[in-house]
Amino acid sequence: MPVIEIEGLTKTYKSGLQALKRVDLSIAKGEIFALLGPNGAGKTTLISIVCGIVTPTTGTVTADGHDIQSDFRAARTKIGLVPQELTTDAFETVLATVTFSRGLFGKAPNPAFIEGVLKDLSLWDKRDAKIMTLSGGMKRRVMIAKALSHEPDILFLNEPTAGVDVELRRDMWAMVRKLRERGVTIILTTHYIEEAEEMADRVGVILKGELILVEEKTALMKKLGKKTLTLNLVEPLDAVPADLSDWDLTLKNEGGELEYSFDANAEDTGVPALIRRLEALNIGFKDLNTRQSSLEDIFVSLVHRNGAAA
Amino acid sequence: MTFNGYGVWAIYRFEMARALRTIWQSIVTPVITTALYFVVFGGAIGSRMQEVGGVPYGAFIVPGLIMLSLFTQSIFNASFGIYFPKFTGTIYEILSAPVSSLEIVLAYVGAAATKSAVLGLIILGTAAFFVPLQILHPIWMMTFLILISVTFSLFGFIIGVWADGFEQLQMIPMLIVTPLTFLGGAFYSIDMLPEGWRTVTLFNPVVYLISGFRWAFYGQGDVAIGISVAATLAFFAVCLAIVMWMFKTGYRLKN
Repeated sequence: MPVIEIEGLTKTYKSGLQALKRVDLSIAKGEIFALLGPNGAGKTTLISIVCGIVTPTTGTVTADGHDIQSDFRAARTKIGLVPQELTTDAFETVLATVTFSRGLFGKAPNPAFIEGVLKDLSLWDKRDAKIMTLSGGMKRRVMIAKALSHEPDILFLNEPTAGVDVELRRDMWAMVRKLRERGVTIILTTHYIEEAEEMADRVGVILKGELILVEEKTALMKKLGKKTLTLNLVEPLDAVPADLSDWDLTLKNEGGELEYSFDANAEDTGVPALIRRLEALNIGFKDLNTRQSSLEDIFVSLVHRNGAAA
Repeated sequence: MTFNGYGVWAIYRFEMARALRTIWQSIVTPVITTALYFVVFGGAIGSRMQEVGGVPYGAFIVPGLIMLSLFTQSIFNASFGIYFPKFTGTIYEILSAPVSSLEIVLAYVGAAATKSAVLGLIILGTAAFFVPLQILHPIWMMTFLILISVTFSLFGFIIGVWADGFEQLQMIPMLIVTPLTFLGGAFYSIDMLPEGWRTVTLFNPVVYLISGFRWAFYGQGDVAIGISVAATLAFFAVCLAIVMWMFKTGYRLKN
């Protein structure tokens, strides 16, 4: 059963901007879903509607079976949100602000649980520090602690690692995996495609308010993934020989490298035949390597393709 | 969950903690300002004025001074309470929490009204050091004190939601409420005005609030107590209706 069910969701702002154009999406319990899209694509609007911050124009959203409007209390109790901006009460202490969040979401005080959350996020030593004295990375941790304070089943992470250092990013990835092990569903938006590639089970790409693709990450990479074979030639070539016209070849690095792009999933990739033909033509190579296109390559090509079509 | 008591308590406690953190601004400054009013109006001017309706002038201005503080502090506390999260962006957490509009209003307005009512009582206690006081109807005095604190806190909440900047936040209290209070009989009885001005003054809604509060102290006011109560309740109902509309439509909160 889906834990988030979005049907026919649209949002047109008063300015006339159509931020969402009929979005339908189901997210399964316990999965990590990465929502990708360029700036202004509608990611934050979509998340804000599900979390109750923005009112939809049309459509319905349920969270764990509860309608976000007619049964908002039950729906919102299930959801935790880490927003994109570092919006905190600068004069509050870490412990006070996290305790506040738990109460706000209708949960009885539980100092032991709050202590656990703060320790998990390496914030316990800073519990009495005012938020204004913390670094950006620590503030980001506070935002996450606030979102986790009421034990949500669904966690929205809107650009959680924007502007944080590599170590903290790795820590957050570990934390997300740990939460998933506990059965928490995670919906993540990010500009770091490697983050989605590292963690997501499924990927959705949103562009100009439309969800243009939703796919299992591995299936997507398999389906849209291209592979590139690069041969470092012994002698540079001036041009690709006519006898090699059956292959999609490009000369790179002043003729010193021959690059061949092929479909990684094809029955016949053409690689063995190419090697044989090169041998026959007496074109020697010193080294070779292959590279699978990353999710980032796929994302960029999708955005360009759909951007050009629009 | 039909009522998010923990949520209301969390916001209420947060707002009260803010007042304690800024105790000089919240309590001490208004008390000092009010004490100065007593020194200037009660001591310097009052000593040259005769009694007003049988009440010494220093004592006569006490209800008006308390009202002035209640109006301004209720509006300031409530408007700042809701505007600041909008300004910093922390409003996202309130809007995404399982708290209803009514609960949000209850918490913010409750906290603002508590602070003003406490401040009103502190000013009352301060006044007792300067002038001889009597409170003929203490229950009515408390009823007015609380009702007016709540009503002006609702009014402040509306201003806080409406305001786009700190200037707008200050505009209504400074340019409308304070002048209306000064011209609404805080420091004089409207009977002291010429006939024409007396009629004009009756269009000032603040007259009815100050008059009712003064009646609770000395048993006399510029208008009948029933009219004062009705005017206060009407203002309360209007503010409540506007706040409910704001949440229903998401006015300047959502979208």
